[in-house]
Amino acid sequence: MHTKTIVELSQGLKDKNFSCVELMQYYLNRINQSDLNAFITVTDELALAQAQVADDKIALGNASILTGIPYAHKDIFCTKGVKTSAGSKMLDTFVSPYDATVSQKLNQADLVMLGKTNMDEFAMGSSNENSFYGAVKNPWNRLKIPGGSSGGSAASVAGGLSCFATGTDTGGSIRQPASLCGITGLKPTYGRISRYGMIAYASSLDQAGPMTKTAQDAAIVLNVMAGFDEKDSTSAEQKVPDYTSNLNDSIKGLIIGLPKEFFSSGLDDEVASNIMLAVKEFEVMGAIVKEVSLPNSAYAIPAYYIVAPCECSSNLSRLDGIRYGYRTKDAKNLEDLYLRSRSEGFGEEVKRRIMIGAYALSVGYYDAYYLKAQKVRHLISDDFKKVFEQVDVIMGPVSPTTAFDLGSVKNPVSMYLADIYTLSANLAGLPGMSIPAGFAQNLPVGLQIIGNYWSESRLLNIAHQFQLQTDWHLKTPQEY
Amino acid sequence: MEWETVIGLEIHVQLNTKSKIFSAASTQYGQKPNSQACAVDLGLPGVLPVLNVEAVNKAIKFGVAINAHINQRNIFDRKNYFYPDLPKGYQISQMNRPIVGEGKIEITLSDQTKVVGITRAHLEEDAGKSIHDMFDDDTTIDLNRAGTPLLEIVSEPDMRSAKEAVAYAKKIYTLVQYIDICDGNMQEGSFRCDANVSIRSKGQKELGMRAELKNINSFKFLERAINLEVERQQDILEEGDKVVQETRLYDSEKHETRSMRSKEEANDYRYFPDPDLLPVEISDELLEKIRQTLPELPAQKKARFVAELGLSNYDADMLTLQRPLADYLEIMLEHHASNVKLCANWVMGELSASLNKHKIDIQNSPITAQALSLLISRISDGTISGKTAKDVFKAMWDSEDNADEIIQAKGLKQMTDTDEIEAIVEQVIANNVPQVTQFKSGNDKILDFFVGQIMKLTAGKANPKQVNELLRNKLS
Repeated sequence: MHTKTIVELSQGLKDKNFSCVELMQYYLNRINQSDLNAFITVTDELALAQAQVADDKIALGNASILTGIPYAHKDIFCTKGVKTSAGSKMLDTFVSPYDATVSQKLNQADLVMLGKTNMDEFAMGSSNENSFYGAVKNPWNRLKIPGGSSGGSAASVAGGLSCFATGTDTGGSIRQPASLCGITGLKPTYGRISRYGMIAYASSLDQAGPMTKTAQDAAIVLNVMAGFDEKDSTSAEQKVPDYTSNLNDSIKGLIIGLPKEFFSSGLDDEVASNIMLAVKEFEVMGAIVKEVSLPNSAYAIPAYYIVAPCECSSNLSRLDGIRYGYRTKDAKNLEDLYLRSRSEGFGEEVKRRIMIGAYALSVGYYDAYYLKAQKVRHLISDDFKKVFEQVDVIMGPVSPTTAFDLGSVKNPVSMYLADIYTLSANLAGLPGMSIPAGFAQNLPVGLQIIGNYWSESRLLNIAHQFQLQTDWHLKTPQEY
Repeated sequence: MEWETVIGLEIHVQLNTKSKIFSAASTQYGQKPNSQACAVDLGLPGVLPVLNVEAVNKAIKFGVAINAHINQRNIFDRKNYFYPDLPKGYQISQMNRPIVGEGKIEITLSDQTKVVGITRAHLEEDAGKSIHDMFDDDTTIDLNRAGTPLLEIVSEPDMRSAKEAVAYAKKIYTLVQYIDICDGNMQEGSFRCDANVSIRSKGQKELGMRAELKNINSFKFLERAINLEVERQQDILEEGDKVVQETRLYDSEKHETRSMRSKEEANDYRYFPDPDLLPVEISDELLEKIRQTLPELPAQKKARFVAELGLSNYDADMLTLQRPLADYLEIMLEHHASNVKLCANWVMGELSASLNKHKIDIQNSPITAQALSLLISRISDGTISGKTAKDVFKAMWDSEDNADEIIQAKGLKQMTDTDEIEAIVEQVIANNVPQVTQFKSGNDKILDFFVGQIMKLTAGKANPKQVNELLRNKLS
């Protein structure tokens, strides 16, 4: 049952092969027995209640394709009446009094939430080791990281603990864990999905998206998540197409660009050969491959690690111990209250980024850091603009390596380097996907597909066509 | 040494929008603490600001009213600092690209006019309030005010005395109410001033070191605080010391200013563009549309009152200081085009005095412009005397009745029938022969005795002028 996609489960529910309540009991049971640490909160009572509502709808014949489908929600989305921690001690006691727009939309689609997934604290991290609730294990190898920051979401889908999950991607946080866990992940164009109620890390980069077993499932979930929201001024008033309608279009004549910068030193040989084999598969399907260049992509890491910390240093200021969240005991005065609440409530990586950001925004440094990083961002966008005049999509690896050992990367800068291929899409605001494309060292390898603005339909179509020809997305871990 | 004072003002004007600048919560004053703070105002995790277009329109209205440059693309920035009543840990404001750019305004001081430059005016959100006296040991926070739209109007350091600063502040105060962007309620904090004050020796070009005076919420205090600060700086410089750049708090009860923080302790606000808000784009069409909605401005109105109504400069000034006062007069003038001076005197005299005495705004006056207008009619048509009118006015203030009803009920109508008055005059003369003799022998003052007697007999309803004339005729 846990290998089934949204499409398959939906059919099963409709055909009354199993009830939604039975389905939830099955999944909740699996979650309870799991050692992956994928969830921070399991909402079993709520899930069973929602399942009952779904069963009633199905009985009345009022069901949609998503009615009664169990999903795992990243703990960065506010959920009314349910703890919303963002993986931080700071919000360990925070029960949101309101629903994020995404949460609301998923509820309205009669989906059933199994729980809130583990993540790097405030989405800062690439390994899910920066969580107050402990690291998440990779379902393919318990000694490996699942990727981050949406590591709990990726592990829950790959480990058969949910049919799909939500994620957010600020510098690769959907694509990288999807790649390392062997699932399908989509980061849409910036502004495609409302950020309202999604706890902000770096506002100009954050974007939510689906993490699923297949591209088809991703299209179905995106249909629900996407759309303009008057509560988010940066969400786009762009029409939401039916993302499933073009899945079966031919990709004959598709022009694929391979940026030479994405295949430079630092890329694992085995990962590289998997990517090239996947690209070959597209050629067989009638695509044309071109080498292209994104000359400024080398500056994506420094630019990102200025812009994101600057924004987060300000975004996290509201966590001050005054109105909600963690507050230190017996503060001597106001300054002591701030200092100790924040020192004790935030983890190391979060504090590091707050300090980097506050420094880079200071008088005298602003021009040299923040302003320059914004200029680099424009150059990176311009690179993509030029490349998309020649090609339809860009392909390359998601991550330079497969999942590394838990606890093995101790230097923060080495960890930042793991984001090298994913950051550019965030800096430019472009949509990007990760789809399973083989194995290296017995661990999944993800292929990244980056498209032009608002090309989600095309990306999903390309991914779906690939999944019709390959079975990488159907592979499951041994202990499954 | 002779010193010259240099003053620049930063005025925070609360815009009178229904909802907050970045949320849908109400801006109404005086509600139960935290009853008007929604998720956005509380700065909950995940919430986002959405700009209230009304606040933008009102800022534009101010800009076009002073003929300022409008930045048709302007940007919101975050001003980062920690304070318990600042929920997000930053204030959304405008730093590099404010909505209103340079403009100027003319002030008048004892019939001398002077132009004061306005550097800029930008939109920002107000903070909440820390309350220190509600619970014994704890400071509590009321976030009802958090997110109320403010327009911060920054002047050039063009003012040279406390009086000029007050004249400028009053000018802005009048203007923002005229164009209906602020309710002008200073007790509720709708209009607050900070003053940058420095002094320099006369003739010196460069500015002296300045101090910023905060927490000034009345024109009286503004004048006092500036004068106090000028004296303080003079004392320092005359001692041979240096003024340090600092922020000082004005304490109106102790009548002193004290240091809040020096420049070294000042926050680095780490301004940067707010990534949650798009740049504000103002079209030519919108700009023109708002320009069309501008009402007659105080200066124009004053000029018209002088030129067309023949009012003195002083009267015109007084009557245009507040738009509701001017509106009141203009409603009266619809019926009294020929009685401008009489109407003006009543508005500035009896009406203003009563309003002041009872601390009532003219908008809430128990006597409407229409009602007062009727009373004026009864004076000008001779039904009652000016003196009687004052009694009628008092009765109107205390009841719902109109002037005619009161005149009728109290029988205050003047006797205008000459025959009737003549008969009474003759009777009084016949009854007081000794006094008639006195008058005839040259005692002119005795005339008042006769008038008094006649008034007694007519219960004060005889027209005094008429009585006088008749008496003189009969007695001579």
